[in-house]
This record gives sequence, structure tokens and C-alpha cells, in this order.
Amino acid sequence: MTENFEPTIIGFTCNWCSYRAADLAGTARMKYAPNVRLIRMMCSGRLDPTFVLRALSGGADGVMITGCHPGECHYIEQNYKALRRYLLLKRVLKGMGIEPERVKLVWASAAEGAKFASETTLFVEEIRKLGPLNWGKPTERLDDLQEEISKTEEVPA
Amino acid sequence: MSEIKQERVGVYVCHCGSNIAGVVDVVDVANWAAEKLKHQGVVIAREYKFMCSSLGQELIEKDIKELGLTRVVVAACSPHLHEKTFRTAAKNAGLNPYLVELASIREQVSWVHTDKAVATEKSKAVVSGAVSRVIENVPLEELKVPINPNTLVVGGGIAGIQAALEIANAGFHVYLVEREPSIGGHMAQFDKTFPTLDCSACILTPRMVEAGTHPNITLLTWSEVEKVTGFVGNFNVTIRKKARCVKEELCTGCGICEEKCPKKVIDDVFEAGLGYRKAVYTPFAQAVPKYPVIDKANCTYFLKGTCKACEKFCPTGAIDFNQQDELVNVEVGNIILATGYDLFDARRVSNYGYGRLPNVFTSLEFERLSNAAGPTNGNIVLRDGKTTPKSVGIIHCVGSRDKNFNNYCSVICCMQGLKFAHLVHERTGATVYNFYIDMRTAYKAYDEFYQRVLEEGTLFVRGKVAEVTDAGRNEREKGKLIIQVEDTLAGKQRRIPVDMVILSSGLQPRADAKEVGKLFGISCSTDGWFTEKHPKLDPVATMTEGIYIAGCAQGPKDIPSSVAQGAAASARVLDKILQKEVALEPVRASVDQEMCSGCRICNGLCPFNAISFLEDRMVTEINPALCQGCGTCVAACPAGAISGTGFSNEQILAQIDGLLLRNIEPVEA
Repeated sequence: MTENFEPTIIGFTCNWCSYRAADLAGTARMKYAPNVRLIRMMCSGRLDPTFVLRALSGGADGVMITGCHPGECHYIEQNYKALRRYLLLKRVLKGMGIEPERVKLVWASAAEGAKFASETTLFVEEIRKLGPLNWGKPTERLDDLQEEISKTEEVPA
Repeated sequence: MSEIKQERVGVYVCHCGSNIAGVVDVVDVANWAAEKLKHQGVVIAREYKFMCSSLGQELIEKDIKELGLTRVVVAACSPHLHEKTFRTAAKNAGLNPYLVELASIREQVSWVHTDKAVATEKSKAVVSGAVSRVIENVPLEELKVPINPNTLVVGGGIAGIQAALEIANAGFHVYLVEREPSIGGHMAQFDKTFPTLDCSACILTPRMVEAGTHPNITLLTWSEVEKVTGFVGNFNVTIRKKARCVKEELCTGCGICEEKCPKKVIDDVFEAGLGYRKAVYTPFAQAVPKYPVIDKANCTYFLKGTCKACEKFCPTGAIDFNQQDELVNVEVGNIILATGYDLFDARRVSNYGYGRLPNVFTSLEFERLSNAAGPTNGNIVLRDGKTTPKSVGIIHCVGSRDKNFNNYCSVICCMQGLKFAHLVHERTGATVYNFYIDMRTAYKAYDEFYQRVLEEGTLFVRGKVAEVTDAGRNEREKGKLIIQVEDTLAGKQRRIPVDMVILSSGLQPRADAKEVGKLFGISCSTDGWFTEKHPKLDPVATMTEGIYIAGCAQGPKDIPSSVAQGAAASARVLDKILQKEVALEPVRASVDQEMCSGCRICNGLCPFNAISFLEDRMVTEINPALCQGCGTCVAACPAGAISGTGFSNEQILAQIDGLLLRNIEPVEA
């Protein structure tokens, strides 16, 4: 069943390190698995764990969080806060019956384009082994989807 | 339902020549966006060869005006390259620049994937994410903060001196911090400079004096930066002024203390271990400032509690054994780091015998040896201090272009080796061999110098030296240093006996470059050099606004390039100062105090002290000038009372849905 399975992965990247690492991988034309779609944030510390849950419930099979190496955070120490939340989130996921391995934290500096590329490919393979998450794939719940779309489109006053 | 949205979105897909269009079907992406994202508010989707060209920008500007676009998505390169370009275009057309989003389909798609169908699908998802997100964008205004006109220059080598002088001459104040007792850096140690053979001291010391006496320069030698807080325009820097044990206001620099000091110490900094200094000393005669320093680790008084010869003889009573380190606090708007390099430790190449074979010298040792003010008064002699060598071998690329040590080329060693060859030839008449891998003499008048040295009769052997040994095999080799090398041009092994070997050691980052980088919030490359903002187009700026780099701290370079970078960095700083204020990205967190429960969870999270708690109203407040926009508090607030502009929950959640294609109009099954 999983042989032709192409996982969809959402990546949350830090603007200062890993997003630039992704840029560098691009500039150097390094090839990696095309399954990851990135969201840029100013810091891995910005990662609200609900973002991860939203991604997983919205059809992603895995979530990759990338930040600066410990001690190299652009905002001094906020990546440690990301680390704490990540560890807690993994416990929560386990409690919910979701493999905690579907979420991965990777440290990649702006100079580590090669690491970004190889970690991405590696993570895609790991998720491929786990198989699809099938948590609220949009095609399964069209009506719910409509409702949710309307919610997200509401602009708070 | 799809009528709820009032936004009118324009999507622009860039071909980037064939960079994107070669892998991604851009026409398909644009058509898909126009059709599937129509209900989201996409009113127009175009593709164009170069969106960043003026024609491409005009296309967007025209659509904003004529179609009344309220949001723009450009699917092109990384936002780090052209975000500003398209934001400016939007601004020109009367649209708030923060209502533009870039979808990176070059760095993140076409350059890293090969399958055209997969790349096109991913591009659609990335565009969809950007469209969903941009709808949630809100108009923002840049924050303007005033720029403190003072500048901090760290490192008093030639690059730092140049930078400090340029800014000071323009009429602004500079704090020049130097770790050693005197400014001057490595250049002060050299005898001659290539390719002109100018006397290094003769051209450097006037600059040093100028920096030392300039009314706009505060010189802080024997000092190190300890703490940096704040941000561009408003840095607060704590500098540790180490105790000199000499009162600067009383000292006249007469040098009697140095003369009377009974303690001789090997000078392994300025004299590269070849000469002596006293325990109270100025590193060299033209030192700026002229005040000496007491070396507490070697001073007899500090070791044994008696002596005080310097105090006894000082005519002005300037010696103060009780002086303590002083912490100086300065406020500056910009910082230039010109912290220089360390010489590669030639001991690491054990087969060249440095440290084991006495007559193997490093390049810096040879500089001191050939310097008229050096320990031998400029006589080029062997380690015994009297014998003039009859033959000298100069080995290039020691520790550079070598997988065992540093992969990079140290840039200066070829020209340095040629300069040494010329000096040895001129002063001793010895036979000189140069052992090189490749001769690299780029730049003005450099190759002409190579030709000159060739004509002088210096011998060149192309090949990497395998070994330097004192184990002679025959009479000819006895008592000599034998250089074993494969002559790759002649295609044979050679053993060349010489009296003296000079290792043209490479340059490497300062041992503490990483810590210094961390202190100032900038990063180092994998080799350890400070990383510039852009390797070609922004070589002196860094990723951190207000911090600039110059000279060898950024990578190996010669004196002209160091001076050029020092001047370039100062031009960037002057540009900032003259603008009087700096526009900061309006990515900031703010608290909706109606929603704040006063739980104080966020209070401990901010490393910039931007969050404060208002005890009287039991709510939290964020100071926008101190907030750096990381968003950690936004993610932490359990009440959802903190919002982060530019990266709001609404934007990110919408982008997640968009990337997962949850926003496309469900097609009839």
C-alpha cells in the first residue's frame, strides 16, 4: 500500500538559518525530495504547537521543524524554547495515538545547505515508512472542509 | 461562501529565464492559480520571463492600478533576494508593501527538483500557500528608530584603523577597541610590503598616529568587548579596559620603566618568539598609544611581591600596581568588526619540522628577522643568531589548500613567498628556492613582481614538499636541511639541501572568532571566517543590521583589500549615520490587553527584556523598540492575547491550509 505513497510534509523554518540553508541548497543546485513545503518564520521559537496539529489534521503526513543550532539562535536562546515545546508536543502526539516520529526537529545553520537537503530526504523516507496519516484528508470530509474554510477566511476584527 | 472575501489578489509567476521555466511549467501554474484559487480572490494570474525586470515590475504596478489589486503574490526566487524589489513596486503603485508575498519556486523548487510534473505540482502548492497567507496580511508601517552617530570599531589593525579614520574624518565619533597594548595589528610586524616593497612601518605608523591623536577617536587599547546589547542604531557595549598598571594621565611614554625593569620575557606576540621584551613594555617603538603595560603574569612584583623598580624610577609617578580592570560602557549606532586573523600553526604540519628543526622559520618569524627594527636588526641569520644562510627554501601553501588542514587558499602566501625570496636574495645573496603548488599572483602589479623575482635568479620548483629533514644521506646533505619534493614539471623526485627553510604559513580565523561572532550576533562560515551578507554584492555587511566586517576577519586578504574593506565598511556606517534614523521591519509582537489574563507566562521568555508586567492593571505590555520579532511569546500565550505582525497566527494557519491545498475549490466528483 505504501509503495506508491508520496508523503506530504510541512516544514517550519527559521528565517535566519534553515530558510537560508534551503536557499543555499537551491543556489548550489543540491537535489532533495520534493515532498516538503516550507513556511518561513522569524524563529523556531515562533512555532505554536497548534500549527503542527493543524498541519497534521489538515492532510500533512509529517512536520519538519528547523532552527538554528543550540547556542546560535539569532534571538539568543529562543530555539531552546522550540526544543522544549517540541519534546512536549511529541508526548501529546503519542497520547493522541499519532506516531511522534511524524514530527522532527532539525538544527541547520545558514551554511548547511547540504545538511538541509539530506535531512529533508531522510525525513521523507522515514515518513514513507510510517505510511499515510489519513487524519482528516480533505477528500474524506468535504462538508467539514467547507465549514473550516469559512472559519479560516474570517478576518478577526 | 466564496463571496465573503473582498480581497483582489494578483498572482505573478516568474520564468527567471529558464531557471524556473526549465523545470516548472509556469504557464500551467498561472492558469491553475487563476482557476482554482479564483474563489479565494485571485483575479489575475500572469507569467512573465523576468518579474524582477522593470517591465515585470511595471506589469504588477499596472495591474494594481487598473485591476484594483489589494494583494500580490510573486512566485519567483527566495524572498531574501527580491522581496524588497516587489514590495517597492507595490508601494510605487500605492499598495502597502506588506501586502506582497513571495513564493519561492526557484530555490525551493526548480533548482532542487528534477521531475517536471512533481516540481509543477509543488509550485502550485507553494503558490496556493502564499495566496492563502497574503489574504491574511495586514498593512504595516516600518518602525523608525533614531541612529546613534557613534561607531564602535573592534580591532586596531590596518582595516580597523582605516575604518575608524574614515568615519572620524567625516566628523563622527569612533571608539576603537584593541586587545593588544598598541594598535597596528599584523602590519606593524612586517618589514616590507609586496609588490612595491614599501617599508611597512613607514606607511602604517602615520595612520596609527593619526588614529591615536584624532579628536573624534577614543582609543581603547588593552581592552576587549565583553557585552553587546541593543540593535542597529542603538547598541550598548560594555568594554573591559584591562588594568595597565600605568596611569595614562601621568605617563609621558619616556620608556625609563622599560629600561629599568630587570625581567626579560620572550615576546611571542609581536616578535613572534624571536626576541625579548620586558615585563613592563610597549610592544614596539612606534606603539600607539605610547603608554606601557605591566604584564602581570611575568612581573616580579606580582609574582614575588618585591621589585617595584619601575615605580622607583618613574619620573612622574605613573606606575600604579593597584590599578583594577575598568568596565567602560558606550552607546553606539553601528559596529565594525576588524578582528583580523591568526597565523596557521606550522607545528601541525609535523613533516616540515617547525619547532623541531631550529632553522625552519614561519613567515611571521622571517618578517621579524628581516625587519630593521627586529631582534637581529634586519640581519637574515640562522637560529644561532650569527650565521648567514647560503641557501634558503621557501615553502608555499603551508596549511592552506590542504585537505588535512585548511581547504581554502590563504591568498597572500604566494606574494609573501616572492617577497621573502627577493629580500633574502638582496640581503644575503643566498640561493633561493620557492616550492609552490600553483603560483597565484593576481591583482595590480603582482605578476610583474613575480617576473622581477624570476629575473633575480630565484629558483622555482613546482610541487608540494613532502618533508623537511636534517637526516643527510651524503656529504652534500650533511648539516643541512633537506627538502624532499616531487618536481612535477620535471617529473622527478628531488632532494634539495638548504641552510634555512621558511614556511609560508596560511591565515586562519582567530581562535575565538566563534565566540566573538556570538557576542555580536553574527555567524561564521564552516571555515570559521565571519559570514558576509552576500559574498559578491554585500561583502562588508552581515545578516545582523548595524554590524559590519572588514579585513581578514571576513576571509584571507592582503593589505590593499583590507584597507578597501575598512573604507567600504565605514561608507556603509556613514550612510546609516547620515540617514539619522533607520527603518526596522515592522515584525513585532503586541499584547491585546483586553484579552491578557495576566498569567505572566510570556514574561520570562523574552531575551531582550521587551516584555514588562503592569502591576497596577495586571496585564503585560511589550515595548516595540526592544522587541526583535522572534514571536516566541506569541506562540506561548495561552489566551491568544499576543499577536505578531507579519507572522500572525492567521497568516501561518492560512498558509498551512494553502500548502495542503485545503483552499482550492472542491471540484465536482
